[in-house]
Amino acid sequence: MKLTRQKLIQSDGAVSVLVVFLGFLVGTILVALVGKNPLNMYKAIFQALSGYNLDNGKMNIRYIGETLNYSIPFILCGLSMGFANRVGLFNIGGEGQYIMGMTIAQTVALLGPQIPVFHWVFAIACAILIGAIWGGVVGILKAKYEVSEVVSTIMLNYVALYLSRIICLQLPGATTYKTANYPDTAVITNSFFTKITNYSLLNNGIFMMIIAVLVFWFIMEKTSLGFGMRATGFNKEAARASGIPVVKSISLSMAIAGAFAGLAGGIVALGSFKYGRVLSGMDGYGFDGIAVALVGNSTALGTTLAGLLFGLLKNAQALMQGKQIPKEITFIIQGMIVIFIALRSALQLYQQYLDKKQLQREVGVK
Amino acid sequence: MSTLLGMLPSVLMIVAPILITAIGGMICEKSGVVNIALEGLMAIGACTAAAAHVLMETAGVPHTLSLFLALTMGFVVGGLFSLIHAVAAINLNADQTISGTGINLLSTGVTIFASQILFNADRTKEFMMGMQTDGLGIYPTAYIAIGIVILSWFVLYKLPFGMHLRACGEHPGAAESVGINVKKMRYFAVISSGVLAGLAGGCVVLTQTIQYTSNTINGRGFIALAAVSFGRWRPLGVTGAAFLFGTAQAFAIIANNIPALKVLPTEVFNILPYIVTLAALVFFSGKNYAPSAAGQPYEKGAS
Repeated sequence: MKLTRQKLIQSDGAVSVLVVFLGFLVGTILVALVGKNPLNMYKAIFQALSGYNLDNGKMNIRYIGETLNYSIPFILCGLSMGFANRVGLFNIGGEGQYIMGMTIAQTVALLGPQIPVFHWVFAIACAILIGAIWGGVVGILKAKYEVSEVVSTIMLNYVALYLSRIICLQLPGATTYKTANYPDTAVITNSFFTKITNYSLLNNGIFMMIIAVLVFWFIMEKTSLGFGMRATGFNKEAARASGIPVVKSISLSMAIAGAFAGLAGGIVALGSFKYGRVLSGMDGYGFDGIAVALVGNSTALGTTLAGLLFGLLKNAQALMQGKQIPKEITFIIQGMIVIFIALRSALQLYQQYLDKKQLQREVGVK
Repeated sequence: MSTLLGMLPSVLMIVAPILITAIGGMICEKSGVVNIALEGLMAIGACTAAAAHVLMETAGVPHTLSLFLALTMGFVVGGLFSLIHAVAAINLNADQTISGTGINLLSTGVTIFASQILFNADRTKEFMMGMQTDGLGIYPTAYIAIGIVILSWFVLYKLPFGMHLRACGEHPGAAESVGINVKKMRYFAVISSGVLAGLAGGCVVLTQTIQYTSNTINGRGFIALAAVSFGRWRPLGVTGAAFLFGTAQAFAIIANNIPALKVLPTEVFNILPYIVTLAALVFFSGKNYAPSAAGQPYEKGAS
């Protein structure tokens, strides 16, 4: 019994399940407290997951497609945060990297050469590149000038937002909130997916997302580059002493982290919209990506699962609103999940307390 | 020149909440706790104040009393939410960036959720009359902000209490060894930042708009965070930084009325605070002005 409890406390996966459970518990209690039926919230989530409407027994597979489509940017921004996190950095800048990726993808889509396939590939490649630059700058500032990445990424998020507005307002057909429609060669819709998911927005971005997850796993776990990065994350000084180029690790890891978020921006721009957007505020995928990575313990598999959960919640929002449940409950659940993750350090304190007790007992016996 | 002087009231209106929040953030970091939840705490304060004011207005509470109570409630609720950060950062040695991010995420949900419950909309109901300006066209929030700056300077640099608080941020172990209660000091600092951010949120909503929406705070808390770094963690420096950033924000709003500035996109002024802060952080790198123990959890008895 005791052993299993100890094992559970030390297992990251079990703790993640626990914090998600606690987040939902708080959300459920809150919904009940304001006099709504929490069951409606779970019905909405179930419908977003399976496409099956429990109230009238109708099935619409479109919901599954939308859930997957919403998950793509969450997973990619989660990978962005997670990659930096493994190197011991806190990337709050996913939002800015995402915005820059989106902006460049929109620009290339509207102004680039309209050659089939090449057009969207080029747009996505540019989105990845600008994300890498936007993140890499943070890494260089951190490694060379010791500027806290937390502060610099927050600053760059807002620089990206307003820079994006400046650029997008110059694009063809720009009004205060949108640009002209993209040419057909730029979009990444997949007619097969559109058909089988009953006209959901699910697109080719999902393949890119899967490749990104594999790339994350491969770099982190299977290359010497990833080994050096993880070593830097565990103990910077020890890594430096054993000849790992710490400055390079930090700069490169932020650039790769930025590339994931930039890709997310490109996919959303070309997959979920037919026109460029002039942002008036942030989409929030970058910030939610922080939560996704924290829930997923910054691993490839964990982040993917957590991203699917967040995509599910996002897709369930509209359904909840239809059932008189304020959709903001999902934000509360997500926020509470992150707060519970912060509080999980209490478990370590508890473990230390147990160890101390154990030691006292053993010494006392002798 | 007369245009610039004419701008002063609106600059003060924009600077005041940023300055109040930044002073709170400064006190917090001085004690050794980094609080990136300022943005979320401002939002919570703003929503509380807007909701309280509109409800009291419809209930027929006298205008001045209603404003005062609304600000007080923003103050109190901001403090309550900062307790989450305090418990996580001080008692549980949690990662301060994570708990701050958690509060920021939570605030977007809580504020709009509350509006949905209270007003059946994704924003609070509009109130009829916000704060009124005095004879010079200046809102009372400007005087509140200046008062808070002077008070914080006096407490931090002229009272033994302030020296103890700063010691907790520089070297908590040394502070503990001479009998200062580090945890208590840090609690005081985190709650100060919470109440001030809540108050500032109330100031934003009661002077600059007529209701709370998800866009009301729009990065002001992060500007305040930047002002703390750019102002090098000193009251006077933070005040200067807040004025600089506030002026840039004011320009973004009124640049359209000034022919010479019309050629520039207004977003240029929005970007300015962030670029200036980044440049300053690079420029001053190496010389460490930040409290040396900021962001690190303190464990009693650990070496």
